[in-house]
Amino acid sequence: MMKTEVTIAGVTFKNPVMTASGTFGSGIEYSEFVDLNQLGAVVTKGVASTPWPGNPVPRITEVYGGMLNAIGLQNPGIEVFLERDLPFLKQADTRMIVNVCGKTVEEYEEVVERLGDTGVDMLEINVSCPNVKEGAIAFGQNADSLYAITSQIKKKARQPVIMKLSPNVTDITEMARAAEAAGADALSLINTITGMKIDIAKRTFALANKTGGLSGPAIKPVAVRMVYQCASAVDIPIIGMGGIQSGEDAVEFLMAGATAVAVGAANFTDPCATIHVIHGIESYMERSGVTDIREIIGCVQS
Amino acid sequence: MGQKKKVTGKVVSQKELAPGIFDMWIETQLAGQAAPGQFIMVYPRGESTLLPRPISICEADVESGRLRIVYRVAGKGTTEFSTYGPGDDIAVMGTLGNGFPLEPAQGKRALLLGGGIGIPPLVQLARELPGETNIVAGYRDSHLFLQEDLVRLGHFYAATEDGSMGVRGNVLDAARTYDLQADLIYACGPMPMLRAVKTYAQEKGIKAYISLEERMACGVGACLGCVCKTVHKDGHSHVNHARICTEGPVFEAGEVDI
Repeated sequence: MMKTEVTIAGVTFKNPVMTASGTFGSGIEYSEFVDLNQLGAVVTKGVASTPWPGNPVPRITEVYGGMLNAIGLQNPGIEVFLERDLPFLKQADTRMIVNVCGKTVEEYEEVVERLGDTGVDMLEINVSCPNVKEGAIAFGQNADSLYAITSQIKKKARQPVIMKLSPNVTDITEMARAAEAAGADALSLINTITGMKIDIAKRTFALANKTGGLSGPAIKPVAVRMVYQCASAVDIPIIGMGGIQSGEDAVEFLMAGATAVAVGAANFTDPCATIHVIHGIESYMERSGVTDIREIIGCVQS
Repeated sequence: MGQKKKVTGKVVSQKELAPGIFDMWIETQLAGQAAPGQFIMVYPRGESTLLPRPISICEADVESGRLRIVYRVAGKGTTEFSTYGPGDDIAVMGTLGNGFPLEPAQGKRALLLGGGIGIPPLVQLARELPGETNIVAGYRDSHLFLQEDLVRLGHFYAATEDGSMGVRGNVLDAARTYDLQADLIYACGPMPMLRAVKTYAQEKGIKAYISLEERMACGVGACLGCVCKTVHKDGHSHVNHARICTEGPVFEAGEVDI
């Protein structure tokens, strides 16, 4: 019998496969394709204290081996999330992680506090969205700001806190250490890499926001490298993501030091991608004689 | 409307109707649940193309279990699709979106307007609408397509930008030229045409149901990539940004800010 359970900050997941925030809605949208009960966790789209309208369109464009998005965190806000989305998600036998976004520390705190007694398992703090002008990434690209917001949120949070890190920094381990020092219970990485595409027929930007976040298999080697670096730099667990499309991709992240992984853009390529990744990990374990997934976590670390 | 499914269909036939405009019949279980104005996602096989392509449903033949799509080759994905031949597998997801509402046309004179690659969904729509309809299709030049299908389904009029066939100009120029009276409009086409249709309907004091398009990633309402501005709060995010893939692609023109 293979064991695929992993534990992060005292929360046990039936397997290490989660959904990457922003690519899976709040779970409702994909429930016609995916049996949510099979997932390690559903990580929701970012939730703010009030509804956010997001950016103008076009918000999406495809690039070689990936895509750029500049959604700008459109979301209905915590009120609607608690009334509509969370009750649906609670019916599934999976862990619930809510991604929290804000423009100010107070806005993050408000959402975190309102999630306090809701049965949500963990909070993922989005300090790394490259597509909104205020808040978000401003907190995630400077170690002092990251330390400050992490410690503020930790004071209010009733659940374990995951800080989601941006790759758009000179040294991601500096951010990882700052978050750990401020009391973060776990890290998730990487968010998207800032990119740009020009529409040469229209002589303008392909995205209305000019820049967008690059995701998909094109970013996987960058993500694996950053997971490896952070896993070497901190002792808190890491949820690795960036271009995972298969079980083999997920195993790379686990070996680099991630305790769990998240599937993002691949949900668009195949609505059942999460399930295929879970089965792919199991079949890797079977053919490689791995009986407990924890055997391979960080196995390349020396 | 049936459940959304991703399935592997089989290409039955494919031909080029006009330069760059391809007509493909697909054998798929989705045929039974297709409504006019809905769309499917078609998945390229290429490793570098990650996102499915949203393509409107031209026709559905429930008895033979076949769907017809008519699409323009615009990039890598549609170029790949254009190479498929009979017997090839094709991965599709659907059926998606709300489709055109048929009920408002009961006992009314409907005017169907299609511009360019917005013409195909009018075929199934014209088939399912009750009563006689006027159909105007707008093309760039004399390379017409789908006119043979549409002439059998209503009173058909053509407009061409270069004046080589039918009325010179756009679909509204043709509607005015032939003085086509209508109680409501159904339209699909490029944004400048839809804006003009919205204004035209307002002037006439009639409703227009317009089908919008936008870049999409997921097709199922999760990624929030394909929104349009709405007059009222949208049902999902409550921010006047409705998802074209889910709340649309068809909107009453007065409901959207285009």
